[in-house]
Amino acid sequence: MEKSRSKAALWLLVIPYIGLLWPSLYNMREPALFGFPFFYWYQLLWVPITAALTFIAYRSVRHDD
Amino acid sequence: MTTEIDSTALAVFLFFFALVTILGFVASRWRKPATLAHIDEWGLGGRSFGTWITWFLVGGDFYTAYTVIAVPALVYTVGAYGFFALPYTIVVYPFVFMVMPVLWKRARDFGYVTAGDVVHGQYGSRALELAVAATGVIATMPYIALQLVGMTTVLKALGLHGELPLAIAFIVLALYTYSAGLRAPALIAFVKDIMIYIVVITAVALIPSKLGGYANVFAAADAAFQAKGSGNLLLGGNQYVAYATLALGSALAAFMYPHTLTGIFASNSGKTIRKNAVLLPAYTLLLGLLALLGYMGHAAGLKLESPNDVVPALFKTLFSGWFSGFAFAAIAIGALVPAAVMSIGAANLFTRNFWKAYVNPEVSSAGEAKVAKLTSLVVKVGALLVIIFLPTQFALDLQLLGGIWILQTLPALVFGLYTNWFRAPGLLAGWFVGFIGGTFLVWDAGWKPLHLISLGGEPFTIYTGLLALAANIAVAVVINAVVPARTPARA
Repeated sequence: MEKSRSKAALWLLVIPYIGLLWPSLYNMREPALFGFPFFYWYQLLWVPITAALTFIAYRSVRHDD
Repeated sequence: MTTEIDSTALAVFLFFFALVTILGFVASRWRKPATLAHIDEWGLGGRSFGTWITWFLVGGDFYTAYTVIAVPALVYTVGAYGFFALPYTIVVYPFVFMVMPVLWKRARDFGYVTAGDVVHGQYGSRALELAVAATGVIATMPYIALQLVGMTTVLKALGLHGELPLAIAFIVLALYTYSAGLRAPALIAFVKDIMIYIVVITAVALIPSKLGGYANVFAAADAAFQAKGSGNLLLGGNQYVAYATLALGSALAAFMYPHTLTGIFASNSGKTIRKNAVLLPAYTLLLGLLALLGYMGHAAGLKLESPNDVVPALFKTLFSGWFSGFAFAAIAIGALVPAAVMSIGAANLFTRNFWKAYVNPEVSSAGEAKVAKLTSLVVKVGALLVIIFLPTQFALDLQLLGGIWILQTLPALVFGLYTNWFRAPGLLAGWFVGFIGGTFLVWDAGWKPLHLISLGGEPFTIYTGLLALAANIAVAVVINAVVPARTPARA
């Protein structure tokens, strides 16, 4: 039970690949934010998102060592 | 760009350079082990680095001086397409999180120092070990040379022309790396990264206000691209696949390099590595902002001899002498850390997978450390000679190939962590096809890392490294399925 839940959290790590390796999702200017076209702030936003997802995955396996 | 010497900038630069030089020599006494005459101590810092040291060390050798110079230069020249470095340095961390703790554990349990050791231990094949080790060394050499390109760019901006300043900086680097091993770049990385953070945060906060805000920066870049008829703030329709495959391929290749692996093997636990996969993206944020300096170059109306001058020219134009000196010192020191770790990684490979394998199998631990120390000197002098005597373009082309080559070691290094199905003949054949095929495709495209493909519909370009990796894996699977299990590896 515990084990399968931690395995499930690892699947979160697939999400950044989908969000970033599919440029059609974000190759546009609008909506702009603070003068940044969407293309730029969208990708920058994935930095904290990925760190957060990785943190959740980390918490689920940190007792594994 | 003016190139007369600004004495304030130069004084600040020299102060920080002297500071890290002292740190470099002091490093041999930092976290001092019983002996430095052991390759685990000299080449991996005793495998004892915790979360913070690993963060600084891996960040310091992954985000290099050349990154600081070249990423903004590429964005300055081509626009959105050059931004692929951002998704690349995001998607690399989930990969690091999943794979590197497993690899670290294997290395720790069996005392492996290099990728070659891991492969030899797993498959018992000297040929595959040599393929992986040699690929690591030749992929790293041009990478070191590029750090020198980064350093030359800031030295030039300081008004220091000719090869002598570069040679002096590099000899100093070579000497303290020789004496302190991986402890030197690990200690210097603290200074380097704090300096780079100050520089970049200052730049991205202050430069736009001097140039009329980010909206104006993007508008100016847009206008400049339209005026010259190339480059764009967005990707062209045929660039989607190239952008995504460059990001993915670069991410898969990044931690196959000897210098990044050295940083991984030097950490004290798998948990430390996982924590770093959470914390290292902080650098990526910095890189994304740094890339935008390319657009700020357009907004500032810089006239450049070479796109590589965009970052130094921005600082010289918009900031006072002392801050430019500080920024240039940060970039130059940013070249020293990765160059040191790269030479150590290459030296470890040579020592373990060539010297010990073929020249002197009975070599002692102290003997190994001695060979590695000497090799690290040879490697750095070699890179220096490449930069002094060969055109820069040569190093650039080789570096590009290096990324494709190092990616071909992934199946041999990583697949064995998860399955025992693969054996040496298949992996060796796959490596060979990926290596030679990838090199051919790059040469065939006129030294470009992208290949045009048409699958019936609209043609698109794809990163050659990923194409070669696909061929590599396909060949490995087929040969492995065909060759009977008991046949020993030939060659």
